[in-house]
Amino acid sequence: MDELDTKIINTLQLGFPVCASPYRQVAGQLGITEAKLLARLENLLANGTLTRFGPLFHAEQMGGALTLAAVSVPVAEFDKIAGIINAFPEVAHNYAREHTLNMWFVIATETPQQLTATLAAIARQTGLTVYNMPKKREYFVNLKLEA
Amino acid sequence: MIDDRDQKLLEAVQKGLPLCSRPYATLGQSIAMPEAEVISRLTRLKQQGLIKRLGVIVKHKRLGYRANAMVVWNIPDTDVKNLGQQISRFDFVTLCYQRPRHLPEWPYNLFCMIHGKDRNIVLEQLRFMTETCGLTHYERDILFSRRCFKQCGALYKTPASQVLAYG
Repeated sequence: MDELDTKIINTLQLGFPVCASPYRQVAGQLGITEAKLLARLENLLANGTLTRFGPLFHAEQMGGALTLAAVSVPVAEFDKIAGIINAFPEVAHNYAREHTLNMWFVIATETPQQLTATLAAIARQTGLTVYNMPKKREYFVNLKLEA
Repeated sequence: MIDDRDQKLLEAVQKGLPLCSRPYATLGQSIAMPEAEVISRLTRLKQQGLIKRLGVIVKHKRLGYRANAMVVWNIPDTDVKNLGQQISRFDFVTLCYQRPRHLPEWPYNLFCMIHGKDRNIVLEQLRFMTETCGLTHYERDILFSRRCFKQCGALYKTPASQVLAYG
């Protein structure tokens, strides 16, 4: 990653134009050629610096459902429980955190009914209490990580 | 609010934008939709908020973000909206939500994420925010992430792959 990669990432985290030649427009802002921008993006995707280049959907407005959930896992069973939870395709990501509630994961489904069913299935298969913490209100933030 | 053609377009675009000089034309070809229609539908879907953002999604660990804290507070219900709005204005806050308590084990109702490269800097940012917003007397906990077990990126069909990583 050099300075140009950093500039590209920081610029494209703010958004991407919807017009006939969007790469040319962004390249112009960055003072480089369209071909150079495309080559850099290809490389950043190939080496895994970028996970995706595309849309971020509003899950609830799309009719889907989303929640954050947590469980308290005995240390000896950590990998086993992680395996059970991660096997659900509805689980988007899963992190170990420093707390009694030490495993936190996000579930995303196409319908609210599927969300309820997934939470129940995780509780059943792990034998743990699943703390469901859906958002009640979202506060706007500038979603950007400086590269 | 969305019709069959929107649906087809959303399915196509979630696989990622093509890397070529007319990406919306290329995208349209795969679903037999003219470039102009792709552009007008995407513009509307963004205005309606169904597409929150179009752009790059970074792998934050690759950029050196390894000190990622979920900070949680127990704030009286009457004050939570006001404080949530104040907290979300700080540059270093990357997510901020009000969520339900689970008493007695979990008393916290306000959650924010601070993604940082250095744990001490994150703690300093948190101290600054706590003092600026007058949060010192509220019960609080800091949950740094330890390990990431799963961060979807490959399964484009499921909604789970469209969710921003939290860690």
